[in-house]
Amino acid sequence: MDRRDFLKITGVSLGGLAIPTFYGRAIAAEELLSTIDVGAKKKLADVALNAAKADGASYCDVRIGRYLRQFVVTREDKVQNVVNTESTGIGIRVIAKGSWGFAATSDLSADAVAKAAAQAVAIAKANARLRTEPVQLAPVKGVGEVSWKTPIVKNAMAVPIKDKVDLLLGVNSEAMKAGASFVNSTLFLVNEQKYFASTDGSYIDQDVHRIWAPMQVTAVDQKSGKFRTRSGLSSPRGMGFEYLDAKAGDKVELPGGAIVYRDSYDMKADAIAAAKQAKEKLTAPSVKPGKYDLMLDPSHTWLTIHESVGHPLELDRVLGYEANYAGTSFATLDKLKDKFKYGSDKVTIFADKIQPGSLGAVGYDDEGVKTQKWDLIKDGTLVNYQVIRDQAHILGLKESQGCCYADSWSSVQFQRMANVSLAPGKDKLSPADMIKGIENGIYIVGDGSFSIDQQRYNAQFGGQLFYEIKNGKVTQQIEDVAYQIRTPEFWNSCVAVCDESDYRLGGSFFDGKGQPGQVSAVSHGSSTARFNGVNVINTARSLG
Amino acid sequence: MTIYSEEQAKAILDKAIKLSKADECSATLTGSSGGNVRYALNNVSTSGYVSDADLAIEVAFGKRVGTATINAFDDKSIEAVVRRAEELAKLAPENPEFVPAIDKQTYKSSSTFLEKTAAITPEYRAQVAADCIEPCRKDKLVAAGFFSDAQNFSAIANSKGNFGYQKSSGMDFTCTVRTEDGKGSGWVARNLADVAKFDAKADIKTAIQKAKGSVDAKALEPGKYTVIMEPAATAGLISFMMFGFDARRADEGRSFLSKKGGGNKVGEKLFDERVTIYADPWDENAAVLPWDNDGLAREKTPIVTKGKVDYLHYSRYWAQKQGKKAVGQPGNLIMLGGDKSTMDLVKSTKKGILVTRTWYIRMVDPQTVLLTGLTRDGTFYVENGEIKYPIKNFRFNESPAIMLNNIEEIGKPVRVGDDESPFVMMIPPMKIRDFTFSSLSDAV
Repeated sequence: MDRRDFLKITGVSLGGLAIPTFYGRAIAAEELLSTIDVGAKKKLADVALNAAKADGASYCDVRIGRYLRQFVVTREDKVQNVVNTESTGIGIRVIAKGSWGFAATSDLSADAVAKAAAQAVAIAKANARLRTEPVQLAPVKGVGEVSWKTPIVKNAMAVPIKDKVDLLLGVNSEAMKAGASFVNSTLFLVNEQKYFASTDGSYIDQDVHRIWAPMQVTAVDQKSGKFRTRSGLSSPRGMGFEYLDAKAGDKVELPGGAIVYRDSYDMKADAIAAAKQAKEKLTAPSVKPGKYDLMLDPSHTWLTIHESVGHPLELDRVLGYEANYAGTSFATLDKLKDKFKYGSDKVTIFADKIQPGSLGAVGYDDEGVKTQKWDLIKDGTLVNYQVIRDQAHILGLKESQGCCYADSWSSVQFQRMANVSLAPGKDKLSPADMIKGIENGIYIVGDGSFSIDQQRYNAQFGGQLFYEIKNGKVTQQIEDVAYQIRTPEFWNSCVAVCDESDYRLGGSFFDGKGQPGQVSAVSHGSSTARFNGVNVINTARSLG
Repeated sequence: MTIYSEEQAKAILDKAIKLSKADECSATLTGSSGGNVRYALNNVSTSGYVSDADLAIEVAFGKRVGTATINAFDDKSIEAVVRRAEELAKLAPENPEFVPAIDKQTYKSSSTFLEKTAAITPEYRAQVAADCIEPCRKDKLVAAGFFSDAQNFSAIANSKGNFGYQKSSGMDFTCTVRTEDGKGSGWVARNLADVAKFDAKADIKTAIQKAKGSVDAKALEPGKYTVIMEPAATAGLISFMMFGFDARRADEGRSFLSKKGGGNKVGEKLFDERVTIYADPWDENAAVLPWDNDGLAREKTPIVTKGKVDYLHYSRYWAQKQGKKAVGQPGNLIMLGGDKSTMDLVKSTKKGILVTRTWYIRMVDPQTVLLTGLTRDGTFYVENGEIKYPIKNFRFNESPAIMLNNIEEIGKPVRVGDDESPFVMMIPPMKIRDFTFSSLSDAV
């Protein structure tokens, strides 16, 4: 996500705690439960489709969106902010004279929608003058009137604000009791009510839910002037409020004693652990730089997958469409032809938009394509990319993989990352088994600082918890660890991946891309994985 | 068009405040209209125009606060948004850190609006794209860029009689030029208040020259080097450092400006004495609104003077608690320098590295503001005052707090915009010794 927008919401920026206007108008909590009638949406969609066709569009799609968000922001014993926002409107995309055109309006009267459709056609015709090749759209068969809903158990929007505030303040109180100096905790809830219609004959109504409960627990030692923060080990999910049910069976104790979570999160227990571990960080020994075998927990690996596999295999980046902002990709099309060895034979990485509970899961993407799962890297070899309808022909594909997304009715949909995940190892292997074989290593849990170059070669990652491994055992918590990689060497150094029983999801709630910038949410699953001989640096500095 | 005049804006704000039955009411009306053009692979990919206005109402009953916003301004809508804010306030928990609405302020207007910038047309934007694409096509290069412009207005008022209104405008341009074989990449950026000073045809030459000049880069060993940083190369680092200038964070012991044993480092000399940074809403090159997000009047504020820390930002709550005066939070950062250009700094360098820009900067350790990131789109080896050859990009791990102690020479500040920064900045090119590059990147 755009860091500036994130800081606006959480109020950790230098600026005041303004409502982020890019999320639309603020509303009362009760309004978060209402929906727009499907019949009315179909009628409106037909107005746009007919108007576009009448004006000469060869294709048109319509997205009527109601985007609801709720944020509850707290620190220690205080609620800093409760914000409910709604943004409703219609975005109309057309192809006319071989070019794309787009227009959007928040006015949902038939007249305004017809005008917006005409405007989209006019823009397409104007753009056609500058275009060298006409848009080639991979075919999609119309699906008629269908619907899809995130399979939630509890609608988070229906949970009273008071319960959410009580939960977060309770979490903060536990952290403070366990010795934290400061604690920030937040709830982010999203509900996208999206209606898609196109001239292909699809009318798709979708109700998408997401939840994220991040937290930062800080320990300060005033005497030494040192401070350390341990962030929560939850992951954002495509789930309802049941993610915070803290089911006992979803707790996983790792070698070394850290607790991580599967499909539900015990925020209070994690707050207590975080306070204890943040204090331990204050006195933990500093890492000796050098080559180590790394054992990476899924709560950490998701971000490495995201940056070093997810982004470089987005076809628009490979082709150069993002050259001015996010950058291009080292994984060029000739590497696909040459069967580039992206990783070791232990590395199979797949993309999907269907994993239950994942952030990317939807029934259909934002251009009406039914979602699916496909391999990007098979047994170490690059085999595919992520594409949308107007890119499929470039790879010789007959259909889109369904990677199209817009973060608002008013944004143009474009290629966004699907869930990209490391497939579990085929042989039975637990983290406890894996650690036994490591002589000199570091076990990293949780995601930390991250940075990667514009072609996705050189990356540096931190983490939340670092454990020294000596002769098959965790010896102690250490600090100041970051590792640097060159992407292909790193994935080729993968010597083992734990089995399916260890598979867990991490993810990003606010992944930024494009100009003007858009955000999307995406999950990355993995089992604990081992990488040999990775370069670890020491990040401690002295300001004199 | 959603740009309201002062009279129109005041009428809407007054109406809203009068309707409120809460203990106090603050209202903000903002609007903008702006356009953009995006191009890649020497083709225009998208172009757009967005126009919107927004009324935000914040009310308080005692220490309970509610906020609501709306983008319709008829009487019924204004009443609805005020009532909604009041309902939310009644449901909200008491905020122990509640601070009453600001008193009436005196705002001295700043020159943030230029008619010519506000009047940029779709044809002008298309021409910018064409001015970049055409020379690249001719030269077998590939252009990707983004040009955006906007005019805005901001009006604030509250039940204590405060009122302010001002218009602003601006434009931002970036373009990346790559060679067809992907072996060279150059970049140029321009952030300006006055579009009359913008010349895409001239600027694109910089990106073209860097793209061609960066082909077949040689690898140097990572390590500590003397660097000549163009203004865009340090802007992100300096802006990141400002997160540590929050008084509460510093007093709480979680900033690089926290003092061992408690308190903060205001008054201490932490940087080279040539480092002077201040905020000035009336600066002729980087004017910003004369009030901050809270409506507090901005002042000319020394932040670092001759290396000494002069300023930390106090929120109104923290100022009240610590017995300090809260002043408007800076909207710009102006770093003083000399008269020399980047190329003048190159000429005086025996051995060093010229860095066009830095990218993907992230915090590694807030304790020391250790940041990591990479060079991009034009990194060159300099010897005996001349650019000798292009070099491969580096990853750096460096703290601006250390960097600003290792200054060899400072040039003439230029206006810089940064995607990830809340500030308009005037940053000079700088020559810095012992800058830490920790690894090589193969990225072009």
